[in-house]
Amino acid sequence: MQRYVARRLFQALLVLLGISAVAFALTHVIGDPVVLLLPPFEAGQAQVAEMRHSLGLDRPLLVQYAAFVGAALHGDFGLSIRQNTPALGLVLDRVPATAELASAALVVAVGAAVPLGVAAALRRRRVVDRAALLFSMLGQSMPTFWLGLQAILLFGVALRWFPTGGIGGFRHLVLPAAVLGVFSAAGILRLTRTSMLDVISEDYLRTARAKGLRETAVVARHALRNASLPIVTWIGLELGTLLGGAVVTETVFAWPGMGRLAVQAIFARDFPVVQAAVLFAATIFVLATFCTDLMYAWLDPRIHYS
Amino acid sequence: MAAAHALSAAPPQRPPWWPVWRAAQRDPGAWLGTAALSGVVLVALLAPHLAPTDPESQDIVHRLMPPLSVSAGHCFWLGSDQLGRDLLSRIIFGSRISLVVGLSAVALSALVGTAVGVVSGYIGRGWDDLLMRITDVQLAFPSILLSLAIVAVLGAGVRNLIAVLALSGWVGYARVTRSRVLGIRQQEYIDAAKTLGARDGRIILRHVVPNVMPSVLTIASFSLGGMITAEAALTFLGLGIPSNIPSWGGMLTDGAQYLSVAWWLATFPGAAIMVTVLATNLIGDWLRDVLDPRTESGPLR
Repeated sequence: MQRYVARRLFQALLVLLGISAVAFALTHVIGDPVVLLLPPFEAGQAQVAEMRHSLGLDRPLLVQYAAFVGAALHGDFGLSIRQNTPALGLVLDRVPATAELASAALVVAVGAAVPLGVAAALRRRRVVDRAALLFSMLGQSMPTFWLGLQAILLFGVALRWFPTGGIGGFRHLVLPAAVLGVFSAAGILRLTRTSMLDVISEDYLRTARAKGLRETAVVARHALRNASLPIVTWIGLELGTLLGGAVVTETVFAWPGMGRLAVQAIFARDFPVVQAAVLFAATIFVLATFCTDLMYAWLDPRIHYS
Repeated sequence: MAAAHALSAAPPQRPPWWPVWRAAQRDPGAWLGTAALSGVVLVALLAPHLAPTDPESQDIVHRLMPPLSVSAGHCFWLGSDQLGRDLLSRIIFGSRISLVVGLSAVALSALVGTAVGVVSGYIGRGWDDLLMRITDVQLAFPSILLSLAIVAVLGAGVRNLIAVLALSGWVGYARVTRSRVLGIRQQEYIDAAKTLGARDGRIILRHVVPNVMPSVLTIASFSLGGMITAEAALTFLGLGIPSNIPSWGGMLTDGAQYLSVAWWLATFPGAAIMVTVLATNLIGDWLRDVLDPRTESGPLR
């Protein structure tokens, strides 16, 4: 187990190194940092060359990359071009808003999807099952930004139940969390149903029923627990994705999270902030998958790691 | 005489596509999906003949007309936008760019992803480690953010958009193909081919690739919907299809701006996206049941 954890940790670090390489390549290989920094047509040749030298951009790429990683390890992504404050600080300021939205969305998704998925599997091919499948099919086919616009139209503009955007209080959270939750719920629902169907005809369930356990105990303790492995993995990945910032939903609802910050930074060509946001989101994702893998061992002691 | 009798009693010869046909009959979702996607493709092909007006013709007098309003002998079935352009015509023409971008991105990502998966699974060793770590990196990236950032650096445009979408889509093919190839490599027919002296290149093309095609087709069907959504999302955010081409995502951007006065602008283009994506998802479900029965339990199990 310890060796497995160590190996997984090493892999996670490798992935992070790869991500930093991509983030670096974005501005230094795909684009030219001087061109990205300077407004077009304002600088002469000599000025560009001087800037290149003063920023150390005339050094070999590998040296520049090493410097980039070294600074990133100290949390230094440079100053935001728009606001002249440390880029990472701007990203971290947005973490609470994104975390609030992500956790609310996940509560909505898991709260709706897991019971519905279990019910669908238990009542296979009946009305509940058909309705659940239809819901998950529609949920996966609707673009979230469109669902968001429709929710704003109906509950914000027409009925005036909820504010149409911004942050503050519970009422602001309802619409974005529901919209983001529906999309996650669609996937979790489907997976829950499938995993439950996989275990539902197992002998140990017949045994549990035969020894007189109540049906709720059979379903919760014996069926759902054994079906939970893929569901937990999925939820872990989903959390990792959501915590990285729901770019589109945050934009639609003017939610001041990391996703919206990143989009605004991209439009302002504020690349230090973009790099900090991308690296932060990716790090969260890598951490989430790492923790999910460790959860495996706890949920299913049979799994051996080599 | 007896022989002729026995022959007539034999079961009728089934054409090779018979199992697929039977499965479609048993699964109404497949019918619905195929019909809807064919409809969208037809609309895209026949756009100039179907659209009531030119999607670009502006008519500032008739701006923001609600659906079904008749004016000057012309009916705006789905209303008009802020420049007085007919929304129905724009949605009809918008199907073209969605399909072109979606299909190109799917083809490109399937090609790259399958190649990576085959190399990783068949050749293995160092290649496998390297390629799989690259897929890890790709998976960890917030894909919309990465796409936006690359488009921002490279500049917006249809070609860049397709490249960026393909970049975020190839991982799925690579992972699934790799795991399939690992299984196929153990099969006896591969040993047999090797024994007969077939080279690796020939084994890959004749025996490995045809056997991973069902999985690739299934992923491709699902990912077509995903690509169309992603294209619309990038366009909606302002870094996708240039605004001079009518696109569903671009129409939704207008819709978001005129949300409180013109609900139709934010509604119908998204409905078009949903129908198209729903169709590809239904087809994907059906293909998975027919071609790939091991992966997930569907209606057939």
